[in-house]
Amino acid sequence: MKVHVDRQRCQGHSRCYDLAPELFDVDDLGNGFELGDGTVPAGLEDKAALAQANCPEHAIEIRES
Amino acid sequence: MTDSKVTDWATDFDHTDPAWVQDPYPIWDDLRSRCPVAHTDRYGGAWLPVTHRGVAAVAYDTEHFTSRSVVVSNVKPGPEDLPAPIGLAPPITSDPPFHSLARRLLLPAFSPRAIAALEPMTRDLCRELLDATGGRSEIDAAVDYAQHIPLKVIVGMLGFPQEDADIFRRFIHMVLESVDMPAEARIEQVERGEIVDYLEEQIADHQAHPRDDLTSFLIAAELDGTRLAPEMVRGTVLLLMIAGIDTTWSAIGSALWHLGLHPGDRKRLSAEPELLPSAVEEFLRAYAPVTMARMVAQDFELEGRSLREGDWLLLPFPSANRDPSVFPEPDRVILDRADNRHAAFGLGIHRCLGSNLARMELRVALGEWLARYPDFEVSDPSAVTWSAGQVRGPRSIPVRIAS
Ligand code: HEM
Ligand code: SF4
Repeated sequence: MKVHVDRQRCQGHSRCYDLAPELFDVDDLGNGFELGDGTVPAGLEDKAALAQANCPEHAIEIRES
Repeated sequence: MTDSKVTDWATDFDHTDPAWVQDPYPIWDDLRSRCPVAHTDRYGGAWLPVTHRGVAAVAYDTEHFTSRSVVVSNVKPGPEDLPAPIGLAPPITSDPPFHSLARRLLLPAFSPRAIAALEPMTRDLCRELLDATGGRSEIDAAVDYAQHIPLKVIVGMLGFPQEDADIFRRFIHMVLESVDMPAEARIEQVERGEIVDYLEEQIADHQAHPRDDLTSFLIAAELDGTRLAPEMVRGTVLLLMIAGIDTTWSAIGSALWHLGLHPGDRKRLSAEPELLPSAVEEFLRAYAPVTMARMVAQDFELEGRSLREGDWLLLPFPSANRDPSVFPEPDRVILDRADNRHAAFGLGIHRCLGSNLARMELRVALGEWLARYPDFEVSDPSAVTWSAGQVRGPRSIPVRIAS
């Protein structure tokens, strides 16, 4: 599983970083991005889903791969 | 214009009507089921979308809707009155493309890491306020606690004198709660009156004595290689003052009011403080304090209604947050609600710049209160009063502390 922040949609609500700092970080302007290549380590799938379900801008994509 | 009572909310709504001020949720529920975009001739003509879809459509559309004026009042600015796309208080009153420049300037000061550094100071401040209430069994959770927290935090960030807290409170009231004043008096007050004098004095003091705070940062900041115009520094300071204080105080107050009326939630949150982050989001959803406004920039069809250039439009994020098509059981507060894409901080490019700060203040303020007073109740629910205008929150919450 991989997560990806669509930078066009992200408005920096920081929900992803609050909920799943293992998977996301924010830059100096507060906009979110996935750590590394976005691969979700085993056991963190629920956190990825939680971040997605709380992003008000629908900016987080989850891909099964 | 606001002297007559509303009888039909679909055709004659008024957000300063006593019924709306007391409890707007039933009004929005009713409209959502029969008239998702209401209209009024008051204020020179205004619209009100109440569904999540309608609110989001407007928030995302910066072409047909301008932020030039975001507080609905009897003063409807004409095309010449405000310097579009900048407005009186950038970035909240700015439109693209200028908006992102003004916003980018401020974002680093409000990033999650910058805000985390303010947490210890905020915690101390909450504890001091609670210390000052010690020993009393009746306290006012709004007057004695909630209202002071964001005021002190923002005054500190701007580097203004802490003893000016009362002056600030009066200004905020003047700008946000006096929409039914005659137009001339309002303009006089906001654009030429004592607020501007006060800010100019503070800015001059910072020019003479630069220090490590937001005001000095703005004075020294450059946009495209040039210093900010003095009106822009003043407008931005005015915005931070106004946007950061009564909003957060309302959110803290509404959460304490809820907990003081719902012993089950109060006990659960006291016993499981690890629920605080999700509870904060749920309070923000259920009691979102801020309704914004736009002006129609170009004629537009919104859910079957024909909006005309120059019309006002109220943008009730609190109503979007209670839309049952997005939030199951929208009127129930569920402290650990898992899916919560609430719009309390807006949607799109104007997403609240202070959202990280507001969340931190809420989490700390509620956590400290519950640690000190795990057992309390609203002593007289009918004595609770609510603010009028576009920022809604309890202004008096008498509570009884169990000994
Ligand atoms: C619970 C507290 C708060 C709530 C509910 C809230 C809500 C909002 C909302 C809904 C907007 C969007 C405006 C729009 O779409 O036109 C907004 C914008 C803004 N807020 Fe907040 N706010 C809060 C606290 C704060 C704080 C603490 C600050 C700063 C000290 C702040 C500063 C701003 C600024 C500067 C903007 C304009 C951003 C832009 O236009 O790009 N707010 N706020
Ligand atoms: S929650 Fe969504 S909008 Fe917020 S920072 Fe993360 S991706 Fe961006």
